[in-house]
Amino acid sequence: MSFDYPDDLKYMDSHEYIRLEGDVATVGITAFAIDQLGDIVFIELPEVGDDLSQGETMGNIESVKAVEDIYAPVNGTVLECNAEIADAPEQLAEDPYGNGWLLKIKLNEPATLEQSMTAAEYQAKVGG
Amino acid sequence: MADSLKPTPLLEQHQQLNARMMGFGGWNMPVQYEGITTEHQSVRQTVGMFDISHMGKFLLQGNNLRQQLQPLVPSDLSQLEPGQAKYSVFLNEQAGIIDDLIFYFEGGTESGVETGKLIVNASTTAKDKAWLLKHVSAEAIGFEDVSDSHVLIAVQGPDAIATLQRFTPIALTTIRNYRHQSGTILEQPAWFARTGYTGEDGFEVMVDPETGKKLWQTLLDAGVTPCGLGARDTLRLEAAMALYGQDINDTTTPYEAGLGWLVNLDQGEFIGMDALKDQQQSGSQRKLVGLQMQGRHIARHDYPVVVNDQEVGIVTSGSFSPTLGKSIALAYVSTALAKSGTELMVLIRNKPQPAIVVKKPFYRRPKL
Repeated sequence: MSFDYPDDLKYMDSHEYIRLEGDVATVGITAFAIDQLGDIVFIELPEVGDDLSQGETMGNIESVKAVEDIYAPVNGTVLECNAEIADAPEQLAEDPYGNGWLLKIKLNEPATLEQSMTAAEYQAKVGG
Repeated sequence: MADSLKPTPLLEQHQQLNARMMGFGGWNMPVQYEGITTEHQSVRQTVGMFDISHMGKFLLQGNNLRQQLQPLVPSDLSQLEPGQAKYSVFLNEQAGIIDDLIFYFEGGTESGVETGKLIVNASTTAKDKAWLLKHVSAEAIGFEDVSDSHVLIAVQGPDAIATLQRFTPIALTTIRNYRHQSGTILEQPAWFARTGYTGEDGFEVMVDPETGKKLWQTLLDAGVTPCGLGARDTLRLEAAMALYGQDINDTTTPYEAGLGWLVNLDQGEFIGMDALKDQQQSGSQRKLVGLQMQGRHIARHDYPVVVNDQEVGIVTSGSFSPTLGKSIALAYVSTALAKSGTELMVLIRNKPQPAIVVKKPFYRRPKL
């Protein structure tokens, strides 16, 4: 199966993607991870204003089959959460990189993304 | 990954459908094809099919077979009519459940030679075989293990019987619930049992591997949705049917598990009888209850159930119920907290989440 991985995003080992615009990072879950999880029923996100440190668990995503942690890919403060997708998680698969964004994080410092992958690297990793 | 796992005769069929596979009870089994929820809804609304060839299948034949098996089960086998099936359990001396099973009684000759089948769980097939043959000789019950050589396909859902009927001359509607009969399908020998693990009407059909492959393809062409173990699990959970190794095991008794209805204490001696009598007198300390979560969190196997920060039980199975649109679970809780309407908490990733005890099953199929 082949999925879409937009070139303008950064990708984490743990299947989050990051869209960097100035000092705001928009974070979501890749199409591959969404497919692996199967039918998603619940997304738990941090609260607006929460401080996040890179690598910590900031929420989780629950499918019929399994529950997976979502990790903070950057240091920063939660600016906004996507309430619409939290209310209708089954729609996540339809547009993971658009309407399916999960949260926006305001960076406290320039993001350090040495650990992240390009679209091509991520695609090679997940074999899609 | 699947090197040590046994394939069912239908492995190629699953691969052709791009099934996601996983190990289950030593077998390489399909978890899902299109998706668990879609498959689940097909079974509730139309018809789905499952490859359940992994189930343990024992053919039995012997003098007074039912009498020989009677000491091994708490249910009364003597009243079974030819063609009738009985859901029961093997118990240890402490009345812990060694396995749950269905005994399909076929009938007997005038001289008292009776035949039947035992269908048991995949992961417990070897354990059951050892337990059975420890108490009765293989010769006396004509024991034959056909677990690896027969295909079993479950066809389930409101349209299951009409669909299956197109391929067999047997009048399927004359086989009542929990009855079974031999016949043919696609002009090959087959055995039909009106049993299942989904809460819907339907049949489980046993055939040889070649017929199994043809039957799978025929049903697929007839529009039957292939369903994996994922949907099988959500369907059986809505119907509150126990899963061995999760909801019931060697340390849980039928009374605790809500299976008291299959126990008959007046039918003579059986293994576990004394322990069951004791528990009947003293009452069981815990009960398997249905929980409905107030939020969408899923309470999963082994999550603690708490009241005022005190652990009062443990979740054994949990999932999101596609039919109810709510998260549901089975859990053992202290008997005092087992009444419907009781408010409890399930500890999910260290946070208590509210749940309420509800009547089982979560789903009951509409009566026609």
